[in-house]
Amino acid sequence: MEDRQAFGRELRRYVIGLVLALVLSGAAFALVAWAPLPPDGLLGAIAGLALLQVMAHFRFFLHIDLKQSHRDDLQLILFTGLIIGLMVAGSLWIIFNQNQRMM
Amino acid sequence: MGIDANVSPWLGKLSLSALPTDSVVAMGAALIAVLGALGTAGYITWKGKWNYLWAEWFTSVDHKRIGIMYVVLALVMLARAVIEALVMRLQQADAVNQSGFISAEHFGQLFSTHGSIMIFFMAMPFLTGIINYVMPLQIGARDVSFPALNSISLALTAAGAALVMISLILAPFSTGGWSGYAPFTELSFSPGVGVDYWIWAVTLGSIGSTLTGINFAVTLYKQRAPGMDLMRMPLFCWTALCTSILMIFAMPALTVATALLALDRYLGMHFFTNDGGGNMMLYANLFWLFGHPEVYIVVLPSFGVFSELFSTFSAKQLYGYTSLVVATLTIAVLSFTVWLHHFFTMGQSAHINAVFGIATMLIGIPTGVKIYDWIFTMFRGQVRFPTPLLWGLAFLVTFVIGGLTGILLAIPPVDFLVHNTTFLVAHFHNMLIPGTLFGMIAAYQFWFPKAFGFRLEERWGKVAFGCWVVGFYLAFMPLYVLGLEGMPRRSAQVFDPSFRPWLLVAAGGAVLITLGLAALVLQLAVSIRHRDRNRVPVGDPWDGRSLEWACSAPPPEYNFARIPQVDTRDAFWAMKQSGTAYVPPPRYDAIALPQSSAIGPVLGGLALAAAFGLVWHIWWMAGLGVLGSIGAVIVWTFVPRPERTLSAEQVARTEARWHAAIAEATPASRDAEHATSNRGLAQVGA
Amino acid sequence: MSGRIHPGINLRAGDQQPTTEGVMFGFWVFMMSDAVLFALLFAVYASLSGNIAGGPEARQVFKLVPAALETGTLLLSSFTFGLASLAMKYRQSMAWLQTMLAVTLILGLTFLGLEVHDFMDMASQGAVPQVSGFLSAFFALVPTHFLHVAFGCVWIVVMMLQLRVFGLTHTTRTRLLRLGLFWHFLDIVWVMLFSFVFLRGLL
Repeated sequence: MEDRQAFGRELRRYVIGLVLALVLSGAAFALVAWAPLPPDGLLGAIAGLALLQVMAHFRFFLHIDLKQSHRDDLQLILFTGLIIGLMVAGSLWIIFNQNQRMM
Repeated sequence: MGIDANVSPWLGKLSLSALPTDSVVAMGAALIAVLGALGTAGYITWKGKWNYLWAEWFTSVDHKRIGIMYVVLALVMLARAVIEALVMRLQQADAVNQSGFISAEHFGQLFSTHGSIMIFFMAMPFLTGIINYVMPLQIGARDVSFPALNSISLALTAAGAALVMISLILAPFSTGGWSGYAPFTELSFSPGVGVDYWIWAVTLGSIGSTLTGINFAVTLYKQRAPGMDLMRMPLFCWTALCTSILMIFAMPALTVATALLALDRYLGMHFFTNDGGGNMMLYANLFWLFGHPEVYIVVLPSFGVFSELFSTFSAKQLYGYTSLVVATLTIAVLSFTVWLHHFFTMGQSAHINAVFGIATMLIGIPTGVKIYDWIFTMFRGQVRFPTPLLWGLAFLVTFVIGGLTGILLAIPPVDFLVHNTTFLVAHFHNMLIPGTLFGMIAAYQFWFPKAFGFRLEERWGKVAFGCWVVGFYLAFMPLYVLGLEGMPRRSAQVFDPSFRPWLLVAAGGAVLITLGLAALVLQLAVSIRHRDRNRVPVGDPWDGRSLEWACSAPPPEYNFARIPQVDTRDAFWAMKQSGTAYVPPPRYDAIALPQSSAIGPVLGGLALAAAFGLVWHIWWMAGLGVLGSIGAVIVWTFVPRPERTLSAEQVARTEARWHAAIAEATPASRDAEHATSNRGLAQVGA
Repeated sequence: MSGRIHPGINLRAGDQQPTTEGVMFGFWVFMMSDAVLFALLFAVYASLSGNIAGGPEARQVFKLVPAALETGTLLLSSFTFGLASLAMKYRQSMAWLQTMLAVTLILGLTFLGLEVHDFMDMASQGAVPQVSGFLSAFFALVPTHFLHVAFGCVWIVVMMLQLRVFGLTHTTRTRLLRLGLFWHFLDIVWVMLFSFVFLRGLL
């Protein structure tokens, strides 16, 4: 039945999402546990893994898809990203600059 | 937190010593607050109107009723804050090398409540009320997307305002200004309850505003009438949309700033303390991440109002609609890039200052575009000058002056010289008063006939206008001079005798503004007395252009019997021109409306209890308030919410009354706009 | 038929109503404002993470294994909630739906229990928020997430009750969708949390 197939497809997406997220988090933890890189490189790797995980969550658990997305919701997520970027980057720039000048 | 011998488990820190017995002025204010509250309650009891108010207003989820209540709240708080301003002006004019009649501590509370009330409990409710009333009508909708949430937002805002009013009687309020800078507002420098009053009042208001922003944004995205694309919306709706976006994204910064300050004060943490690893500058950064978008939140709706006014009273399509939309969107986004200009002097490098200074200057450009668009709208239009437009004209000139001083302040070296002087005070009042307040008063004058079915009387309106505008210039232009001469802001006393003449002029301006406020009250009283001869039942007294004028005045509960089909901008104007404006549909359908709900007032009361308990460390009250609120919401989700249905016959009857009024009315030409013969039916092609 | 797959609305075409889009979009918007709130708490943490005021630093108080357990638990709970969403959409039995919700709840409570254990552990070491800016920032960020998860658990209980009282109506369906959105969002915040607080602190 059509329904069974659709169910199967959706279930597969959740499973892929779970496995991906487990692998990516596992990798991040493993990196810290065994530290094969210097700390700066590790931080970059962890950040990258985190970004990939967030994307996996959006795609497999929340059904955010570039081709199927409703324009309103995509606009919303991108705009939020922009505002968060401005606020966080701006704040960190300011605070770290002030800290530097105080030392 | 230290051991406090005066804390009891039942009353927390509260005791009779909270009454402001040390100052005659403070006791007077407390008395006015108490008498005002008791008097109002007594009057309602005497008239037997409690049931009516509860059933028809406090539990209403109708955007029109909620909008009116927001505006009423705003006007009451405006009265208090204007009087506070007057007292401060009088104190400064008097206290030249002497102590004046207000203590420094009291003066500190005055400027703190004045600012907090004006921003959080006057401007925000005013614009929320106007948008609430007008926007759903303008997009051809029956209500906002989340009517019950709307009621909750109002209740939370009212609870915050109530908390500030209570602080008049159970004093003191914060002396940390409306911005509450740490470390002054930390426990070590402000050990009393004042700052806690500020934190929780502001928190209540900000939760209300966040929910409102969500409500308006979803409504504008999802409830527009068929055919009304975004680019066919009235500009007032565009500004409402951008205002909502700003509310949604900026309020969290305030929530974080005040919550962390509360954690410092209540649990001894070290976010902004000047010891233990706190970072005081972090507070200013977080606060202004909110604070700058906030000033655009309060200004954009007025821009939208002026767009409607200039176009309607020039009988002409808004010039440069697309550029106005682009400008509004640009302002909305850029408002998140300039916040550092509120603390140029805080210690970061000149490089960072320069970047934010340039961004600040850039944001003046789209505003300039708007000014030109409004001027060009009037150019070659058939301009007429009823009271609402007078406010618009005063805004155009006065706001530009303020904007120019803003560009000056955007230059960091200049800002270093005038930071925290009265030059700054003059600048931001020069933006907020014409930018926010004139727009809101104009909106009140413009849409009052729609909301209440009768016109406001023009003469007292013009008197009020004259007092406000002249009063504004007298009150604030001297402050520019004083700032350049070096007078600091927030000064309870002044030590340079050459300041006195300017301060006297400023005090005179404050008196005039207070008289202007009184004139507005008189206008309302006289208009109510003469309402029968100024009725405009047909609903279009100004020959309007957008859909809110396409229904009766006051509108029926359901707004439109049939949701209009829109295919152009200025939808109602097009309907009038093509003769389809007042054609009744072939048949009427039943209309489903949401039920009233007590969740708003219940949550408002519980939230007030929680906040009051937190302020005075009455932990059982705070706990009950918080848990009660959560419990109330959970219970509410179990209560089924059936809709009320108005039958097709009921709708038909209401509409028939309106159509009868249309048939009886003679069309009023624009010259006869203020005559009693204007029944709200505009002459087409005049 | 899966109908229109709309972010956050995972319903069959027949289960959607005119108001569904508005309701879900409104909740998304609310989640975005919550995202800004968390982002700012992260910024506060980043600003204060060096301010140890002579007290314990990250390396001394964070532990890898508990963080990993919490990560796994929460991730699994997101998966089981996904199974619950599928149960709702494809008309599987109410018993199965309730079971999946219950499993999610148990996993959520386990997560909370593990965190409480962590906090008590830190407290016993003297790593309390009153000690420094760093610890204050940590205890603002992580417990805020904790409170969100706790609220989510309460919401699951309420939904399980509502399903028994009302069954699967349009209202309970959209409430479950919103809860799902909330629950997945919390897992996303946790990803950022364990990456930039715990793992970064242990580098």
